[in-house]
Amino acid sequence: MDAIILQILNGLDKGSAYALIALGLTLIFGTLGVVNFAHGALFMIGAFVAVSVQRLLSLSFEQIDSTKTDFLGNPLKVKVPYVESWFGPEVGATIIDWSVPLAIIVAIPVMLLVGFVMERGLIKHFYKRPHADQILVTFGLAIVLQELVKYFFGANPIQTPAPDAFTGSFDFGAMIGFDPNVIIYPYWRLVYFGFAAVVIGAVFAFLQFTTFGMVVRAGMADRETVGLLGINIDRRFTIMFGIAAAVAGIAGVMYAPILSPNYHMGMDFLVLSFVVVVVGGMGSLPGAVAAGFLLGILQSFASMNEVKSVIPGIDQVIIYLVAIIILLTRPRGLMGRAGVMEE
Amino acid sequence: MSKTNITRRGLMKTGAATGAGLALPTIFTSGAAAFTNEPTGSSVKLGFNVPQTGPYAEEGLDELRAYELAVEHLNGMGDGGAMNTFSSKVLEGNGILGKKVEYVTGDTQTKSDAARASAKSMIEKDGVTMITGGSSSGVAIAVQGLAQDAGIIFMAALTHSNDTTGKDRKANGFRYFFNAYMSGAALAPVLKNAYGSDRRAYHLTADYTWGWTQQESIAAATEAIGWETVNNVLTPVGAGDFSSYIAPVLNSGADVLVLNHYGGDMVNSLTQAIQFGLKDKVVNGKQFEIVVPLYSELMAAGAGENIKGVYGSMNWNWQLQDPGTQAFVKSFGEKYGRPPSGSAHTAYVQTLLYADAVTRAGSFNPCAVVEALEGFEFDGLGIGPTLYRAEDHQAFKDVLVMKGAENPTTEYDTLEIVEVTPVEQVMYPPDHPMFGGPEASLGECNDGA
Amino acid sequence: MKFLGLSAKDTRFLLIVILLTLATPIILQPFPEGSGLATFNAGYPDLMQRFAIFGIFAIGFNILFGLTGYLSFGHAAFLGIGSYTVVWMYKLLDYNVIWGLPLAVVTSGLFALLIGYISLRRSGIYFSILTLAFAQMSYNLAYSVLTPITNGETGLQVYSNDPQVLISEGETSPHFFGIVMNESAKLNLGDWQFTFNNGYYFTAIIAIVVFYISLRIFRSPFGLMLRAIKTNQTRLNYTGINTRPYTLAAFVISGMYAGLAGGLMAAMDPLAGAERMQWTASGEVVLMTILGGAGTLMGPILGAGFIKYFENIFSKINDQVLHGWFEWMPDGLEDFIIGLSHFFVGKSWHLTLGLLFMLVVIFLPGGLVEGGTRIWHAIRRDRKPKGPDPEHHPEHIPHVAEKEEF
Repeated sequence: MDAIILQILNGLDKGSAYALIALGLTLIFGTLGVVNFAHGALFMIGAFVAVSVQRLLSLSFEQIDSTKTDFLGNPLKVKVPYVESWFGPEVGATIIDWSVPLAIIVAIPVMLLVGFVMERGLIKHFYKRPHADQILVTFGLAIVLQELVKYFFGANPIQTPAPDAFTGSFDFGAMIGFDPNVIIYPYWRLVYFGFAAVVIGAVFAFLQFTTFGMVVRAGMADRETVGLLGINIDRRFTIMFGIAAAVAGIAGVMYAPILSPNYHMGMDFLVLSFVVVVVGGMGSLPGAVAAGFLLGILQSFASMNEVKSVIPGIDQVIIYLVAIIILLTRPRGLMGRAGVMEE
Repeated sequence: MSKTNITRRGLMKTGAATGAGLALPTIFTSGAAAFTNEPTGSSVKLGFNVPQTGPYAEEGLDELRAYELAVEHLNGMGDGGAMNTFSSKVLEGNGILGKKVEYVTGDTQTKSDAARASAKSMIEKDGVTMITGGSSSGVAIAVQGLAQDAGIIFMAALTHSNDTTGKDRKANGFRYFFNAYMSGAALAPVLKNAYGSDRRAYHLTADYTWGWTQQESIAAATEAIGWETVNNVLTPVGAGDFSSYIAPVLNSGADVLVLNHYGGDMVNSLTQAIQFGLKDKVVNGKQFEIVVPLYSELMAAGAGENIKGVYGSMNWNWQLQDPGTQAFVKSFGEKYGRPPSGSAHTAYVQTLLYADAVTRAGSFNPCAVVEALEGFEFDGLGIGPTLYRAEDHQAFKDVLVMKGAENPTTEYDTLEIVEVTPVEQVMYPPDHPMFGGPEASLGECNDGA
Repeated sequence: MKFLGLSAKDTRFLLIVILLTLATPIILQPFPEGSGLATFNAGYPDLMQRFAIFGIFAIGFNILFGLTGYLSFGHAAFLGIGSYTVVWMYKLLDYNVIWGLPLAVVTSGLFALLIGYISLRRSGIYFSILTLAFAQMSYNLAYSVLTPITNGETGLQVYSNDPQVLISEGETSPHFFGIVMNESAKLNLGDWQFTFNNGYYFTAIIAIVVFYISLRIFRSPFGLMLRAIKTNQTRLNYTGINTRPYTLAAFVISGMYAGLAGGLMAAMDPLAGAERMQWTASGEVVLMTILGGAGTLMGPILGAGFIKYFENIFSKINDQVLHGWFEWMPDGLEDFIIGLSHFFVGKSWHLTLGLLFMLVVIFLPGGLVEGGTRIWHAIRRDRKPKGPDPEHHPEHIPHVAEKEEF
């Protein structure tokens, strides 16, 4: 029982990551009709915003410590971060410690800007081009972005820890009547889950309850008619693209403590996020979220020893297997609309 | 072409006759090469085949730095590095056999296919006599097989699977790096001292050949000191999020977690295991511990604080104090401003060893080189006396047991040497069952003629 | 001049292709040995074989994608199956490729029938994801659980204790009735060196044959039907035509092409790695086809050559080579140029490839073939050369059948 509860928690956590990435991808699919192969790269850039903020806060000057020597026998240069010298060692260390949450504040404007530039500079010209061309150009862009990150940050994963306050685990089992220390779950993963819920809720509320959202939803359903009504749909679509980029980006920031950022993490998530979006159904936001959680939970269960010993290797293929079964039984995924990306 | 079955070398032997017979202004390759890519000019080309893109690109970059340094030293530039401390004194800094050393580089992408494509272009286009490099066992085995078929020498760099000099050993291939069996043999006694002999280990293992051989080796070594292996769970390569594999460890009754992962997988699984609070747990009245059998500096850098107090093993580390290590670290550090990684050391040493073997053999002929390297005993290249065993072309030397440092002073000493395990303790017979048993054989050396 | 049922124009086209293919070892070796530019020579056996093999792969993919518009993201699975089949035949029988290659076509055809039958129940992106799912499952299993059959990460290879029941003395590498694939004749002409490799010519002849087959398919009523499916499948359905058998046939044919390509990879180099089935390999053939020009005859081959050239040539340019080129410059400038080059060559060759993807698709909506056509028209001046379309509206790319030229 405890094992199952743990895997449900894992599944929800994995699922919230999948859902966040798929959400942004679906926004772009649904509103703009663009197959964005650079979406994984946006997630990756988000994670590297966290890395950059951490680096920026720990920018240091060198002090010579003549009591110690470095590996070549020269006097050791000790690095002292500027923030520590400005605010005192303790406050400075706390600021550095909180770099990941601070990065969220930086990431939102940065990612909105990245999104605007991408849409205005490149994607806009591809709305009417075949999907194949969209794939090629966004894939090219994804490669360029990840190679630039590799050039400046290297190929090695970079440790980006969560604040000390979130280390350790929360004793879940004790709350619901299990023995203590049986069902524990890391704080940061719970934070991630809560954060994802808030972001998903915010995007839904935005689309549901604002005039802007109403127009965008109308545009998703019938772009031409909305345009004929004299509404500037293009400008709204640009903003939509920016929001999608920001969602992917902050998902990346928050994921950095769980998965040490490396330059190819975007490509690793790309295929998976496409599977999630399509299983959810093209053009359906609730579908993408539901599919994210469904695949996350199923994958967690498939990783259990009890399951793996019956069907070896099931954890390697479960996502694809479920995708095939769902697409064969429900022609447009869980909640897809007819006619979207079916040609 | 009237005759379909033209062999290049067949042609070379009958070269003159054919050329005359054709009576065309064309001359087929002459020079009567005795073996593949015999260097005829004033220079010789070596091929450095390392990952330059993909997850191990950083590892490859550091290997390339070491290769360039080795070429400099062979050509008599720089301070000569470990050539001055090397027990064999035939290298004079005038290239190899008086021929200037040039090199070509390629990108393996850490994929067997791409690595072989890159190696083939080095053999067919650039005419290299030796290829070295690699950052995964699959790639090393694939390229080693190619070198065997083509008739050149392969000096493996980073490959840790037992298979490279086990069931997939080849006469034209040599490995200086240690292997999974040695990791287990070196680690087990240290683990016994540190954690006692009554432990229950839970293995998470990367689901491919290297992971399996390492898990097998570590399980065997730890069971020999009385540990129990509770479970071994295979995890997909590049899984990213290992939470669903780590969570079951909590209540499995195990008190040690062994992570048979490498590179990004190891960084993520270790970080996540610590986030799950495993290191703070007390199970069966004992402190829960984590072991990472294979360490590298780059992984340690990626894992940051999380490696504190975690045991692992290494082939070599720059903090060793022997003269060979010091000479190499000095010239590497002065050129690049950072200490070399273990894979850089292997890359450097393998290049010098090849050059030395050619010089002692007096020929670039791969079979002569193989003969010169087989059973070769040397010292002064770091980590003490070393033997290249003739039966399987594995180098035998001491093995380092490392631990994540509690208070590192710089970003380079995050690992500290706990023990230098003497070579006798990691020896095994060449027909050991983990190494292909009695069936495994090197085959015949191939010079391509 | 008519030939094998082709129109005069097509015959001329096929003859040009044959000529270019046979002369490849000379065409790709434009720079003398030892010169600084020799790095750009591509006329060595392995790369020429790869051009031909990936050409076959892309030609086959184009029959499905270029004609019907169905975008498969899982064709690499058939490539892998073809390779595994051929290596298994080496292990069981002997090194003659005559056993493995036809069987590779058959097994990949059977897998294509199965996967196609299921995946073609859906269209558009749903079809793409179904094919992707099948291929990724094959890759993941081949890499881990199926290791007894595939030898996992290391790749399937021949061991000395394999049965090899038909093996004869001294047979150590793949051959076709005694024509050993990795043997070559070399020709020295002044400073130039040309390599004529058995394996390349074996692959090239097969490539010409399958190119001819694809030409016939493009011109046939069957090809016309496939194009009709791309243009408007719904209308076809309303007229009472069941399109599924046609798309399935196209899928199986392109799967067989992929199997043949995979088999040839193993015929040139007796090792089959699981990465051949990964989604990146499937994506690569998609990129090749779009880059070259989907739906055109020559496009996919050009795209395949383009990508393989970058992968194998640009990745090998290192500092030593760069110094060789720029040493005539003043020191400061040389360092600057070399520093700048680090963005584009050697370990950063991916960046150049990504940039070129973007440039081609932005400025040449019809792929490389359109670039070629534009240059051709510019030279002939018989039509106004078209500049890049400022609005980037999709241009109608005439199909080969419509304009009857490459």
